[in-house]
This record gives sequence, structure tokens and C-alpha cells, in this order.
Amino acid sequence: MSGVRVLVGTRKGAFLLTADGKRKRWTVSGPHFAGWEIYHLKGSPADPNRIYASQSSGWFGQVIQRSCDGGNTWETPGGGVTSEPGEMPRGESNKFVYDVSPETGKPLTTHQWYDGTQHPWEFKRVWHLEPSLTDPDAVYAGVEDAGLFRTSDGGTTWQELAGLRGHGSGPKWQPGAGGMCLHTILLDPQNPRRIYIAISAAGAFRTDDGGKTWRPINRGLYSKYIPEPTAEVGHCVHRIALHPSRSNVLFMQKHWDVMRSDDGGDSWREVSGNLPTDFGFVIDVHAHEPETVYVVPIKSDSEHYPPDGRLRVYRSKSGGNEWEPLTKGLPQQDCYVNVLRDAMCVDSLDPCGVYFGTTGGQVYGSADGGDSWAPIVRDLPAVLSVEVQALL
Amino acid sequence: MIRVVLPPHLQTLAQVGSEVTLDVTRNGPLTRAAVLDALEARYPMLRGTIRDHTTAQRRPFLRFFACARDLTHDPADAPLPEPVTTGQEPLLIVGAIAGG
Repeated sequence: MSGVRVLVGTRKGAFLLTADGKRKRWTVSGPHFAGWEIYHLKGSPADPNRIYASQSSGWFGQVIQRSCDGGNTWETPGGGVTSEPGEMPRGESNKFVYDVSPETGKPLTTHQWYDGTQHPWEFKRVWHLEPSLTDPDAVYAGVEDAGLFRTSDGGTTWQELAGLRGHGSGPKWQPGAGGMCLHTILLDPQNPRRIYIAISAAGAFRTDDGGKTWRPINRGLYSKYIPEPTAEVGHCVHRIALHPSRSNVLFMQKHWDVMRSDDGGDSWREVSGNLPTDFGFVIDVHAHEPETVYVVPIKSDSEHYPPDGRLRVYRSKSGGNEWEPLTKGLPQQDCYVNVLRDAMCVDSLDPCGVYFGTTGGQVYGSADGGDSWAPIVRDLPAVLSVEVQALL
Repeated sequence: MIRVVLPPHLQTLAQVGSEVTLDVTRNGPLTRAAVLDALEARYPMLRGTIRDHTTAQRRPFLRFFACARDLTHDPADAPLPEPVTTGQEPLLIVGAIAGG
């Protein structure tokens, strides 16, 4: 490996951080799309030069950006300037329209609103982009209000996988504090027809037929803040992670509780163990050790910052329950930032690199699996997402 | 030619300066809907950023001005002021001063 490229989405633009394999000296590029919210950027596993970005704004809505040269230049897929007046637009790359066609079986038009009434589905933004493992032109998009879209033409057009909303439990889904977002998309590297997704606040779902049909996978979750704590749907799942070599083992950071499943989500058990608090947003798995898991405990759902003002990553080397605090290089006093759900990732180098970003604008990196940390940048806008690419 | 002034973020997105000129095809009076149709046809990346893709409704934090008048709540198919139709004055698309 010759190096890494860290893709950082923030409240006010995107930043690309690059380094060689030692991951000590970093070059910062950005802001790209200055002034826009960049909820997420992610590179294609099949072509690292292909990067997709979700660019949005309260004023101007959703835009999808694509780079074919590793982030040096960007384009709106299919959205180039037309050459002749009146020429038909070449693409609809920022058009996300829910599928309400009868062919979907059960087109849903409402979900549960904050006051318990039913509310129409309204597209707001793309939270997460998950490129295909094999095709640079294929990407999944998780959106708010919760739905799953897919492009097979490099982001030029998007189609909803309506079977998810058509599953039947949609009227019981409800927005969390951040909105009703589909934020996690995990493509099973061992079974191309299996996809896991998670929604706040509905829970986790799985398809085994490439996205046509879905079922909730929330058995074992207990959420005391909902009327029926063990309900089939309604759980505020914050993030799910898996290791590519064992794709039926899932780790979940729920609103409260860190959970584990060994059967592809069919059942879950709590592995919070000795964590100082089991509230949090991020969770990820070491690139080479499937039983090594990382979380960043946050004090509570009403106080979104680390306990005691100490920013600590917790690592379990036993797949949960026994956790150790990782503090070397991280601020251990007066630190009151949050780490949002898409803002942690691991690289595939050896030793494994771990990265996370904070709402205070810091991006921290560890080149030794979490034993020690250093800030890569300190003063970015609030960080929404962090992804990393290992470069040959 | 019709002149349209874009807000800064849309200038960046469309990779243009603050003002663009458009040749708008029309059979009757020039309307805001016709200008926006021509704008989005020329700059497809702006589709959905000014009007909703499906409903064609104005996005909430955008307003339309021309000739020192706020045209935001005029019907989209209402005739635009004469100085806009002759290119003497631009149609201004303005982002509301809100948020951060």
C-alpha cells in the first residue's frame, strides 16, 4: 500500500486528507463544495478514483457529485451544461422520487409523525452513499425520509428499492431527533443478494433477494423509550458494522446499548459490558481482527458529549463485553464534542488505521489500531462523516 | 436575451458567473416558469435546486425579484415585468437570509 485518502464530510464542505502508508504526515485538500453540507462521501471499492458525495443545503436541496480522478475534479453526473438551448437535460442526478407505483405492491405514503399522527413521506437529503463492491457505476443511497435508492449509471438517475418501504411496517416508523433517516447500508461481501440497512427510528432490516423484499431484524433489541420495548420496529439504531470475512456477525450501536448478532441479525444480544455509558453513535470493526470492535461512548441522549469531558475510544478485543479505554493522544479534559454516526472508519493497512471526526472539527487518526492517536486536522467545520480509502 | 442572476452557491454549482443570459422560447408573455424551464434546460445541474422536481414548487428559502419588486408570490405563469422581457433588467433568484 502506498497510502491512504480520508474523505471528510462537514457542515460546510468536504475535505480530503492524504498520507503515505506511515500515516504521519498529512496533506489537506478543501474545502470542496464550500458552504454546502456534505453528509457523506465514499469511494468505490472497485475503482478508488471513483468517489461519490452527497451535497445538500437547506436552501437548494440535494445534489449528487461524482469524481473520477480521486477527488481532484468533480461533476454532477449527467448534469453538464447542455450545448443547445432547449436541449433535453442529460440527467436527473439529484432527483430522488419515492416509488408509489402499484407494481411495488404496497406503496406507502405516510409514516408516524412526532405527535403520533401519520405524515406523508417527504424527501429531504441523502445521508449515506454505499458504492457497490464490484461495479463503480452502481451505488446505494440511504435517504431522509427513510428510503433506499440505487443508481446503476454512475449517479445519473436513481430508483427507489420500494420493497423496503413496502414491507408493511412503514406507518410505525418515526423520525428521531435528527430526522427519519436511512443511515447505514452494509453490502454483504459473501452474498451479493444480502444487504443490511438501518433507520432511525425504525430499526434494522435485511434483504436476501437483492433488495426486492425486506424484513425487520430487531429481535433482542430492548428500547425502554418506546411504548413496546421489544417491538418489531421503532428502535433507534444508530449504526451497524461488520467484518468482511464474517458477514453474519453484526455489531450495533443503538441509541442506548451496544449489541451483537451472530446470525445475520436474526437475534441480538447486548455486549455493552463495562462501558462507562452505552449511548453513542459510531461503531466499527478492526480490518484484520473480526473480534476487535471500536465505539466512542457519549454521556447520554440528553448530553451529547463524552463522559467527564474525556474523549475516549473504547476497544473490545473479544467481540464485546470487555472494553478498554484508548486515550493516548486524545483530549482527557474539557472535551465536549460529539462523534456522529458516520464519522468513524478503519483502513485496511497493517497495522490497521482507525479514524474519527468530531462536531468540534477535529479528525483524529491512529496508525496502530487505536493504541495511540493524533489529530490530522483540528479546526474543520463540524464533521458529519469520515471514510478512508487505502491506495495502491 | 433574458438575464438571470443566481445566488452564489448556484453559480458555483453551474460553474457560471453571477448572471446568465438565456434565449427563452415563448408563444405568449414571458413568465417565470418559462425562464426557469430554460434555465434548467441549459444548466441541468440546477434542476431541483430552485423548484421541487416533482411539484415544481419554489423551494422555501428562495425568492424572486425584478425591477425592485418582490415577485415571489406571483403565480409562476404570470407575465414578468417588461424590462425583464427586453433584457433591460435581470430576474434575480435570491437565497433567503436564514440560518448559517
